[in-house]
Amino acid sequence: MDINMTLVGQLIAFVVFVIFCMKYVWPPIIGAIEDRQATIADGLAASDRAAKDLELAQEKATAQLKEAKVQAASIVDAAKKHEAKIVEEAAGKAQVEKERILASGHAEIETERNRAKEELRKEVAVLAIAGAEKILERSIDAAVHSDILDKLVAEL
Amino acid sequence: MSSGAELTSQEYITHHLSNLKVGEGFWSLHLDSLGWSVFLGLVFLTIFRSVAKKATPGVPGKLQCAVEMVVGFVDESVKSTFHGKNALIAPLSLTIFVWILLMNSMDWVPVDLLPHLIHWVTGMPLGDIYMKPVPTADPNITFGLALGVFILIIYYSIKVKGVGGFMKELTTQPFGHWSLYPVNFILETVTMLARPLSLALRLFGNLYAGELIFLLIATIGVFQLPVHFLWAAFHLLVIPLQAFIFMMLTIVYLSLAHEDH
Repeated sequence: MDINMTLVGQLIAFVVFVIFCMKYVWPPIIGAIEDRQATIADGLAASDRAAKDLELAQEKATAQLKEAKVQAASIVDAAKKHEAKIVEEAAGKAQVEKERILASGHAEIETERNRAKEELRKEVAVLAIAGAEKILERSIDAAVHSDILDKLVAEL
Repeated sequence: MSSGAELTSQEYITHHLSNLKVGEGFWSLHLDSLGWSVFLGLVFLTIFRSVAKKATPGVPGKLQCAVEMVVGFVDESVKSTFHGKNALIAPLSLTIFVWILLMNSMDWVPVDLLPHLIHWVTGMPLGDIYMKPVPTADPNITFGLALGVFILIIYYSIKVKGVGGFMKELTTQPFGHWSLYPVNFILETVTMLARPLSLALRLFGNLYAGELIFLLIATIGVFQLPVHFLWAAFHLLVIPLQAFIFMMLTIVYLSLAHEDH
């Protein structure tokens, strides 16, 4: 073994390299590693939180959906009731209208019939007079016998 | 076996285990060990610094992912062993781990590749080329690292416990009686000195042995190829394991230095 100045040279190089490593190499690299570890830890925590939030939101959405269904059902119910009411009202109005039209028709028919009856009576009276004239074979003074004719007309 | 018949196996191995050396005696430098060591250290720092400059806490690139894997691994190792607050230990461990890993990896470079490359480029005769490219197979390198760690152990022991506390730790255990304090001091000093020694010698021994076996394999002729492959595959375990052990023991020793009894 041959110990000489090489040992001192190596010692100096060792000191210089270690100091350089301590000042310029180790801190940035370990800093980057630790920063990244912190970032990853934060990210994992955030994703946990997000998963929990998602679960909550889903529960909320389900609840809201249920509520909305109930509301929709009640709205449909109300609409059905309203519809029934409208139909009922319309039916009532139509009934009334129908009765009114019927009544006016009846009245018209009645008037017409009365008029026809009157005409008929008059014609019958004329016919009766003509018939009586024929029977008597002579003319009868209409003015003299009008009271008889009138009585006759009234009986018809 | 490259240099022809004039070299025996022993001469071949000795030649490959000699460093490229300048200077005389203690004042000499191993240019190959130190050069590769500094070069690999710069490779480590360049790659990691380029990532550090662009480091983003957002989506990381592929290189950043790879670097972060290493940093995360070292950070976890430090946190599982050292429980105090110290801005130095983690970057120190990262430097030790990656740097030693790179230096150990030079063991995979075929033993004759670099000398022949130099011969081919410069035309120097192979016998004059000394190139031992595995820095951690040089005791100077491993002792240099261990000495740095040892200085930190002493520094933090004194900083945390004070000079008195540190001396008390060295003298009052394992035996509680005052008359045995000198014995305690000898025992504890040996324990203390054993730490950098074992760090340096373990790493050096493993890599030197690995290198030696690679050289032996290179002398057996054509059968060296499958054997070489097996030994290189075995180093898939040795190389990272030795880097990890050096780092882990550094963390343990420094965390012991921080503990106040």
